[in-house]
Formats: sequence, structure tokens, C-alpha cells
Amino acid sequence: MAYLQIVVNGIVLGALYTCLAVGFSLVWGVLNVINMLHGSLIILGGYVTFFAWHSFGISPLVALPGVALLLFVIGYLTQFFVINRVVTQPVLTTLTLTFGLDLILYNFMTVYYTATPRRVTLDFGVIGIGGIVMPVDRLLAMALALLLTGLLYLILRGSRIGRAIVAVRMDRDAARLMGIRVQRIYAVTFGLGALMAGAAGAVFALVYPITTNLTGTFLGKAFVVCVIGGLGSVEGALIGGLVLGVVESVAGQLVGPQHALTVGFALMLILLLVKPTGLTGIRGYE
Amino acid sequence: MIARRWQYLLFAIWVVALISTPLWAGNYVIRLATTIAMASALTLSWNFIGGFTGYPSFATAAFFGLGSYVGALSQIAGVPMVLAWIAATLFVGLFTAALGGIILRLRGHYFAIGSIGIVEVLRLVIASWGSLTGGGDGLNVPFLSGGPDAIARTFLAAMIAIMLCVFAITLVVDRGRLGFGLRCIQQNEDAADMLGVNTTLYKVAAFTLSAMFCGTVGAAYASWTGYIDPNESFSIIMTIKVPVMCLLGGAGTVFGPVVGAAAFTLLEEFFWINFLDYNRAILGGVIVILIFFLPGGLLQLPYRELFARSPWRPPQDKPAI
Repeated sequence: MAYLQIVVNGIVLGALYTCLAVGFSLVWGVLNVINMLHGSLIILGGYVTFFAWHSFGISPLVALPGVALLLFVIGYLTQFFVINRVVTQPVLTTLTLTFGLDLILYNFMTVYYTATPRRVTLDFGVIGIGGIVMPVDRLLAMALALLLTGLLYLILRGSRIGRAIVAVRMDRDAARLMGIRVQRIYAVTFGLGALMAGAAGAVFALVYPITTNLTGTFLGKAFVVCVIGGLGSVEGALIGGLVLGVVESVAGQLVGPQHALTVGFALMLILLLVKPTGLTGIRGYE
Repeated sequence: MIARRWQYLLFAIWVVALISTPLWAGNYVIRLATTIAMASALTLSWNFIGGFTGYPSFATAAFFGLGSYVGALSQIAGVPMVLAWIAATLFVGLFTAALGGIILRLRGHYFAIGSIGIVEVLRLVIASWGSLTGGGDGLNVPFLSGGPDAIARTFLAAMIAIMLCVFAITLVVDRGRLGFGLRCIQQNEDAADMLGVNTTLYKVAAFTLSAMFCGTVGAAYASWTGYIDPNESFSIIMTIKVPVMCLLGGAGTVFGPVVGAAAFTLLEEFFWINFLDYNRAILGGVIVILIFFLPGGLLQLPYRELFARSPWRPPQDKPAI
């Protein structure tokens, strides 16, 4: 029964990782940009949610759409005016540029918000089913994370803009010939990536204390989830997130929590070498 | 571009200026000169893999950190300082040669992520292997005897020596078969392979060269500061700063890394002094400006034209074409 509890903890964590990484994966898959800004965008979303709750008493559930919209606009503008200028250049250029942007955002957040860990506390109590105990706010966070990921999936599957994004991911030149404005799609994609980052931050703020020191950790998780699950697909991020969550949870129990992170990264390195398309091997949003 | 021979002359003057700092400046400037030499050595090293070969390596901090831990542990075990540095160099070199055979199979984005992954894995392993490395508490390295002045001069000389060593190797690689092969790989790896360049061997050689002296610098840095910890030794900032310095000067050139490291370190020092709260944001701003306005680096700027347009030499009327 103890192991069941560990696995359930891992799945809850994995759902959060999925939500955290899916935007990063989308940007990487469609734009071919490793978005070093992602970690800071997550924290920004978390902070905006926290301050909406703390200063104005707005419930995180109400604030979530607002946070998502704000982050979308930030992401859209960043891509449209800044990253689009170098988006076709080699990874060294794009990665360095997004890292530069990350330093700017990180610096301003640290100065204005300070690095104090902050968390939204919604005490809903705890439920237990058959010996497995789970705080309700964590379950809520998990449900939100899966809901958001599912919404992204539906947008990409069903909407016009979503199909355009998938088309650009499959073949940029062909998409342009079909009349898709590729630069616009890039901006929308980056906006969606930022939106998912912000939403993940809002969800994380419900269950874990958020601080700017965590940007690197979150970014690292996004790397690992992407490589485990495979790039640029929602299913890949879901599988990668769940695998990482369960592996970390089990490894934390077996070899000690201080090694859980190492296990995740080691898994990533091994998978990179053995199967760079990830566990799913899915190559797109088909 | 400035003519090659003038570049050599300027470089020689620059090195003399760095070496002679104890004669004409205080310990602050000596420390700054040491930092510049250290950054130059790291950037010149990165140039082998990132500049010549065109692989986006973000593993500098891994080599630096590993070198500093090997050096510090050797020194604590009683090995004399310089021997400890050599041990660190060899260890990091062997480690990278073995690692390179595996990780250099990756290309592009995957290589970039993999190299960052190496930094993270090493940092986490060192941080959690408390019995050997002191874990998060870090390690204290025995200080040199002699006053602060003597120590400052020793490490200035050491860092400049390492820098010149890497520079000499850069010259040899640049003119030799290896450099030619690496440039072929940078332009088109498959074509280079097809034409008989042993790409695996060449890439591993470049990767090892890019790591070894980072190990030396790390070990020397550990002896210099007397204290190391996992977070500072394996810092993600450093792993990105070094490529940025190289891009700032001009990647894949001989002098670019030196120019970039010097310019960046001086800028950074200036921002630290004047804008303590915002130094990271300014660093980010410098990166953004660099990517947009200086894609070829400082060395590629058309200095002749810049001077030709300068107010003290009015522009000549030129035909359109």
C-alpha cells in the first residue's frame, strides 16, 4: 500500500510536470527554439496569481484565465517583435537570445517581488480512499493541470489556428505556400507556450511555494519531460511528465529524496543517446 | 577587419598590459586582470567546439566545476598545487574524451540540451556525494603562504600562462589539418564525412581540447579563492556567459575569444559597480543587443569604414555601384 501511495504521488506530480512542460515542448517543436525564458514565465504566472489572491482576494480559479491571457499577450509580443528576427538562425543564437531575455525578466522579478517563497493557501482538507491519502488542493491542481493540457490538445486538434500551427510544424515552406502567415503563427505559438507556462505557474502556486530561485529547476524539468516524452506533441509531454513524476517519486523513496533530481537528469541523458525521439516516438501533432 | 599582423601586435600589447598590472596598479586591477585572463582561457577553449566545429556546447561549467573539484580534492590530499592543476587537466581531458564519444552523436538542439544536462548531473552528483565533496557545504582549499600581494601575483601569472597556452594551441589548430577538418564539419558534417574527414575523431579532439583547460582554470580558480561549492562551480550563468563572450568577439576566429572575454568582463565589472540591483538585466540587455546588432562579433565590424565615416575624415563621394 505504501508503494501505491508513492505512485499516486508521482502521478499527481507528473500531471503538474506535464502542464509545465507542454508549452516548452510546443515552442521547441514548432519554432525550433529552446526557450530559456520558460522557467521565468512559469514563476511570473505564479506570482501574478499569488498577488491577485493576496492583495485583492481574487480566487486563483478566477484569476487563472486572466493570468493566462496576460502571459499570452507577453509571449505573443516577445515573439513578434524580438525572437522572430532571429528565429531561423542556429540554436546557439536563439538559445542565447532567450537566455538574455530570461536574465532581464528574472532580474526584474527578483527586484520587485523579492525571492521570498510564496504560496496560495486554500485549505480544503484531505481525503483518503483505501489507505491512500491526498490533500484536496493537490488533486485540484492535478485536475487543473490536466484540464489545461487537454484544452491545448483540443485547440491544436480542432481549431483553425491549431491546424495552422501543426502545419507549420510539419513543413514551414509548404505552410507558407498554402497561405499561412508563418511569422504570425510563430507569435501565436510562442504566446500559447507562455500561456501554458503562466497557467502552470498559477497551478503550482496552489501546492508549492513559488520563488524566483526555482526558475532553473522548472526549466530543467521541462527539458527532461520533453526529451523523455518526445518533442512537440501534447501526448509526448503527458507521457514524459507522468514518467518523470513517477520515477522521481519512486527514486526519492528508494535512494533518498536528494538523488531524485539526479535520477531524472540521468534518465534524460540516457534517453537522448538511445532514443532522441523520446518514448512515444511521435514526431508531430498528426 | 584589422590586418592579421596588427592583431598580433595588439594582442602582444594586451598581454603585456595584463602581466604588468602589479607594476602600475593596485590589487583591485590585478584581480580584474586575473579574471580577464581566466575568462579568455575559458572562451578560447570553448571556441574549439563552439567556434571551429559549430557545436552549441553549453558544458563549460561542467568542465570548470569538475576541474575545480579534482584540483581541490588533490590539494586537500596533500598534492602540491601545480601538480593538482595538472591532475585536474588530465582528469577532465580523459573524462571528456570518453564522454565526447557518446554525446557528440547528438546534433543541434539535442546536443545543446545534452550538454546542459551534463552540467546539471555533475552538479547534482557532487552536491549529493557529501562524504567526498562536502556536499552543499563546499570545500575549503589550503591557501598559499605569503601575503595577499604575492598570492595575487601568483594567480595572475598562472591564469595568463593558461591563457597563452590555450592561445598557442588555437594557433596550431587554426592553421593545421585539425582546424581545417573542424571547419569542414561546421559547414557540412555529412559532406565532410563523405570526403574522408574522420568526423568522430575530430569532434572528440575538439571537445577534449575545449574541456581540458577549463579543468585547469577550474583547479586554479579553486586554489585562488580557497573555497568552492557545487552551485558556484557548476553555474548555469557561466555555462552561457562563455559562449556569449565568444560570440561577442567573433566565434571561430583566433583573436575573437580574447577580445570578447576582455570586453565582456570589463562591461560586466562596470555594471556590477554602477547598477548592482540590475546587473543581470543589463547582462541580458547586452546579450540581446549582441544577437541583433553584432551577429559576427566585434572583430567583424568594418573598422575601416567606421573610421572613414568619422568626422575628422569627411566621406568621399562614391559611385553607387
